Amino acid sequence: MNPEELHSLAEERREALDQFQHRVVVCTGTACQAAQSRKIIEALDGIVKERGINGRCTVSAGGCRGLCSAGPMVAVEPTDVLYQGVTPDDAASIIDSLESEPVKALTCDTSAPFFTRQKRVVLEYEGRLNPESIDDYIAAGGFSTFVRILTEMTSGDVIEQIRQSGLGGRGGAGYSTALKWSTVAKALGTTKYVICNGDEGDPGAFMDRSVMEDYPFKVLEGMMIAAFAVGAQEGFVYVRAEYPLAVKRLKQAIRQAEKYSLLGNNICGTSFSLKLDVRLGAGAFVCGEETALIASIEGKRGSPRPRPPYPAESGLWGCPTLINNVETYANVVPILREGAEWFAGIGTERSKGTKVFALSGAIVNTGLIEVPMGISLREIIYDIGGGIPNGRRFKAVQTGGPSGGCIPEQYLDMPVDYQSLAQVGSIMGSGGMIVMDESSCMVDVAKFFMEFCMTESCGKCIPCRVGTAQMYRLLDKISQGRARLQDLEVLEELCDMVKHTSLCGLGQAAPNPVLSTLRYFREEYLAHIVDHVCPAGVCKIAHEEIAL
Amino acid sequence: MSRVATLKINGQDVSGREDETILEVARENGIPIPTLCQIEGLSNVGACRMCLVEVAGISKLLPACTTRVAEGMDVRTESERLTHYRRMAVEMLFAEGNHICSVCVSNGHCELQGMAVALGIDHIHLPYLAPRRGVDASHERFTFDANRCILCTRCVRVCDEIEGAHTWDVMGRGVGSVVITDLNERWGDSPTCTSCGKCVQTCPTGALFIKGSAVGEMTKRNTFLTYIAQMRGNLK
Repeated sequence: MNPEELHSLAEERREALDQFQHRVVVCTGTACQAAQSRKIIEALDGIVKERGINGRCTVSAGGCRGLCSAGPMVAVEPTDVLYQGVTPDDAASIIDSLESEPVKALTCDTSAPFFTRQKRVVLEYEGRLNPESIDDYIAAGGFSTFVRILTEMTSGDVIEQIRQSGLGGRGGAGYSTALKWSTVAKALGTTKYVICNGDEGDPGAFMDRSVMEDYPFKVLEGMMIAAFAVGAQEGFVYVRAEYPLAVKRLKQAIRQAEKYSLLGNNICGTSFSLKLDVRLGAGAFVCGEETALIASIEGKRGSPRPRPPYPAESGLWGCPTLINNVETYANVVPILREGAEWFAGIGTERSKGTKVFALSGAIVNTGLIEVPMGISLREIIYDIGGGIPNGRRFKAVQTGGPSGGCIPEQYLDMPVDYQSLAQVGSIMGSGGMIVMDESSCMVDVAKFFMEFCMTESCGKCIPCRVGTAQMYRLLDKISQGRARLQDLEVLEELCDMVKHTSLCGLGQAAPNPVLSTLRYFREEYLAHIVDHVCPAGVCKIAHEEIAL
Repeated sequence: MSRVATLKINGQDVSGREDETILEVARENGIPIPTLCQIEGLSNVGACRMCLVEVAGISKLLPACTTRVAEGMDVRTESERLTHYRRMAVEMLFAEGNHICSVCVSNGHCELQGMAVALGIDHIHLPYLAPRRGVDASHERFTFDANRCILCTRCVRVCDEIEGAHTWDVMGRGVGSVVITDLNERWGDSPTCTSCGKCVQTCPTGALFIKGSAVGEMTKRNTFLTYIAQMRGNLK
């Protein structure tokens, strides 16, 4: 495929779509599919045929709109009417109202802050594209950036653009993407690899799943540009097997791109060749750690190894390897299409661009959001999230999953960026955001995350393997009201040791939920230990006499 | 060809090739760094964290067994903090398995016991996890007692890297991890095991021992690894 062919293909597809006066797009993300959105498509299709308007109206599968709690979502283009909580029985009224006023009872207010306060870069198509059709993506301008770069730019130009954009790794630590790319580009060796880390495993996180499900082509295009920039010939998308829809769509996307010769040998008649493939994770959380992920692709036991050497120097099969998160790759196309300056204009001084968050827990609008870096937690939770339901009080928000921490009310006005979150003892992480109200017990929360780390530890290094088990036992003891103050001292000693001596990020960050809850909610720990009560009424306190 | 670097270890000026690790250079210069999973002649995995050292200008502690020396490095192998962490790691091992020295074949010759003595550990302040672990005595000549295993994976590495059989590997996750033979089959039934005994001789504790050994009788002979390491050094 050359640039002209791509352009005419896009034109053709756009014309074909423009023939329809109405396009009904039904969300087929995991949440909406669970709420029967496939049946809604069938019902809508049936009604369209029945009314004999299939020349004017088309029904298609689309991606996530973000408001998962109100699903299934159905959108009508080009009028931009959005319906929520649709059932297959609503199909007739939706189709029949196409020419007149939208169905009032089902209408979702798109002027609500949930929609207007977001800034969409990664999720820019807002679920309008059919994730299973490369033609839809191409019609929306897809792959034109890749083809332009391939035929007009050098590897150095691409990396310079990424550097100027200030993009940081969206896997959690915010490491400079350009620095990673240039390290791999400079590394010695003719065989190089690109890997997309889609092993999203944090409890309460579903950003990468949604991005892979809705925009598989965009993720691939980002990887293709990255492969060109670093000089890789082969790449893998590593997805956890628990995301079957993402796996299916990525595999489909790769096949379709191969058909159009956007992947394969001598792409666009240049000397650049690239082969991409999908690899499945087998359920280990630690395989999200880059060295463990690489070991897993190699067919070995997924356990991390000490760095350096970093994968950029010696990664997959000992070759220089670029490994980035799903969301990082999804940012690449908009940056190179709109320009680095545009991207650098979003966000804060040190954290550029936007961040996708998965909002869950005690919040009105559960779902997927994308906001500019630097927005305050209060805006996310109260404006976009709609606040705390059931008239309860906000207590804390947990970011960064088992590697992050709980942020209390006094920091609600703090800007959300890598540096500020680290300052208050949490991390940006991959973007899970669990809101907790007064009915949550912070000891119980810490215990939950510690149990997660304990069972997900790979068992290789002593501090993480034994330390997490010891900390879990102590937290369990505290939650039962059976602990003494000395136990709290031991817990803090263990936190310090595990944090500073563990081999990989899993162990090094495992104490964070405990440390942050101890920092802001120490009195809750003391209430369990000294007064033998759980203030939130969550923990089952053992009421036997304690032998001292 | 690797370049030569000069560096400081505990204030002492030393030199090393840039493909050597901090541990190698320290030992060449008579500076001891404690280790448990590391053994000369096998690959280094950095798992036990006993050899963590402080390097000036780097906030993280680094494992001496896998960190290569560099020009101008300033390494400290001993500090109150490092001793504290090493003691905790050893205590963790004692609390994790079922280590009862008085009835162990390796009593007096055990590297875990030796490490505890060297660090002055006289009691364990962490609760014992007291796991239920099994003993595999199905092999004709050897026994594996999982209660005494510290998961250093020396047996896994020696079997794979030296013997080339790869009979041993690790199964499970976290504290549930356990070394197994083949696909978790009885050792005695293993079609891959050559009965060479290298795993037994390399095991730092009494987890792997020769049948018929009574308390304190199992001494390990792993000079073959020293020989292999020497020969490799000569080839460099």
